[in-house]
Amino acid sequence: MNIKRSPWLLHYDGSSCNGCDIEVLASLTPVYDAERLGVENTGDPMQADILLITGGINTQNAPVVKQLYDQMPRPKVVVAVGICACTGGVFKETYNILGGADKVIPVDIYVPGCAARPQSIIDGIIQARELFQQRSDEHDALMRSQKGAANV
Amino acid sequence: MGKKSVVPFGPQHPVLPEPIHLDLVIEDEIISEAIPNIGFIHRGLEGLVEKKDFNEMVYIAERTCGICSFGHGLGYVEAIEHVMNIEVPARARYLRTIWAELGRMHSHLLWLGLAADAFGFESLFYESWRIRERILDLHELTCGSRLIFSVNKVGGVIRDIPADKLAYIKDQILIVEKEVKNIEKTFLGDYSVQTRSKGIGLLTKEEAHDLGAVGPFARASGITADLRTTGYAAYGELDFEPVISNDGDCYARLDVRIRELYQSIDLIRQAIDKIPEGELEAKAIGFPKGEYFMRIEQPRGEAVYYVKGNGTKILDRMRIRTPTFANIPPLCETLKGADYADVGPLVVSIDPCISCTER
Repeated sequence: MNIKRSPWLLHYDGSSCNGCDIEVLASLTPVYDAERLGVENTGDPMQADILLITGGINTQNAPVVKQLYDQMPRPKVVVAVGICACTGGVFKETYNILGGADKVIPVDIYVPGCAARPQSIIDGIIQARELFQQRSDEHDALMRSQKGAANV
Repeated sequence: MGKKSVVPFGPQHPVLPEPIHLDLVIEDEIISEAIPNIGFIHRGLEGLVEKKDFNEMVYIAERTCGICSFGHGLGYVEAIEHVMNIEVPARARYLRTIWAELGRMHSHLLWLGLAADAFGFESLFYESWRIRERILDLHELTCGSRLIFSVNKVGGVIRDIPADKLAYIKDQILIVEKEVKNIEKTFLGDYSVQTRSKGIGLLTKEEAHDLGAVGPFARASGITADLRTTGYAAYGELDFEPVISNDGDCYARLDVRIRELYQSIDLIRQAIDKIPEGELEAKAIGFPKGEYFMRIEQPRGEAVYYVKGNGTKILDRMRIRTPTFANIPPLCETLKGADYADVGPLVVSIDPCISCTER
């Protein structure tokens, strides 16, 4: 199944300065138009396939990020957008930041930049699509083999 | 009367790009109380003042918020310059004004888009953001970055804008002015926008004053408060009047922000015409000793920067009070009695910038 042409995006602002958030939105709007890749922005984690997370993780938002990730159906891909989501960035030394998004959820693709430019965000989305396709194929193969095993 | 129930709004919500949590107490679809809960993006930025020296803190201050980033850098360096008694050269002051106004235009266009999205007017959202890209291209042309400018330093600015680029900015803002006139017809004249905004979220002048509203939110309720009139940077040498409206509803907030866009275009033109030749920075000698309270007008309203130096390169304290923080109590007041369906547009109408608020 060619599913990479229609993944839905979920965007969550971890604890970013807003710069990467508005660049994520800008990459979906006319000039950059990531929607031509078939992705669509959604506000509902239960319908999302790719999670774009911006900003580092702090003590208050860690359970929120974890919950959003858990609510997304499998297969799913996580893209960390911006240097804060990758490592903590300039805020790494502050008392409240635990680190990058990979402290609480598994991150697949890292998009660096402060603020990450729309071009690199779109590149991240393209790589996330490919990974999503691959995971979806693996998932389908697993389902088929389990079905076959049940029939035997 | 129906039974009271509590509906959580946020932190992750389709209408908000940033997390804020409101507990809405609802009776028959009418909100009787809104209890805000913030802190999801708290980074502890002010704590970094113990680890970075006062020159490095300029870049940290700019990362308070990616939308009004230039303003935060400006407020911080102006406060330090007052502590150290540095006279900033005129050309640097004019360049700061031009950048601050470009930042205001990009912020207001961004807000217009988000407001249209909250009303459910998707194409208007896309149109506003398309116009905004022109401003971002000007940022990139003059600073090399789209959002975080990093051109301020204590004593002046790092980069110059040469005459040919200034002329190009003038051409581009003329195009932006035409395009804004185009969307203004839809924003202020369209029936569906008016039904979602006229008479919604009323805030009277007295309430706005008592609860301490700031910025376009207060000016839409008839309060003439614009800190640019205090004349920091080069605003004292430019000619402008604060934009106000007396209606106090969401429609008035749209109106005020659209007229502020024209005001910013006018201010940039005046600054480009008047900009003198000269030095870009004054030498900063020694370390800051003493304290200062700097107030500047951000796109969202009054922001306060407090710095206290002890004569070493590490500051004792930096404190930022941001406009959205001041606007949350009046927002909770306007939410009382509002329809549940209007919560999205109403929350967006104050132009919430949660990253600023929680730092």
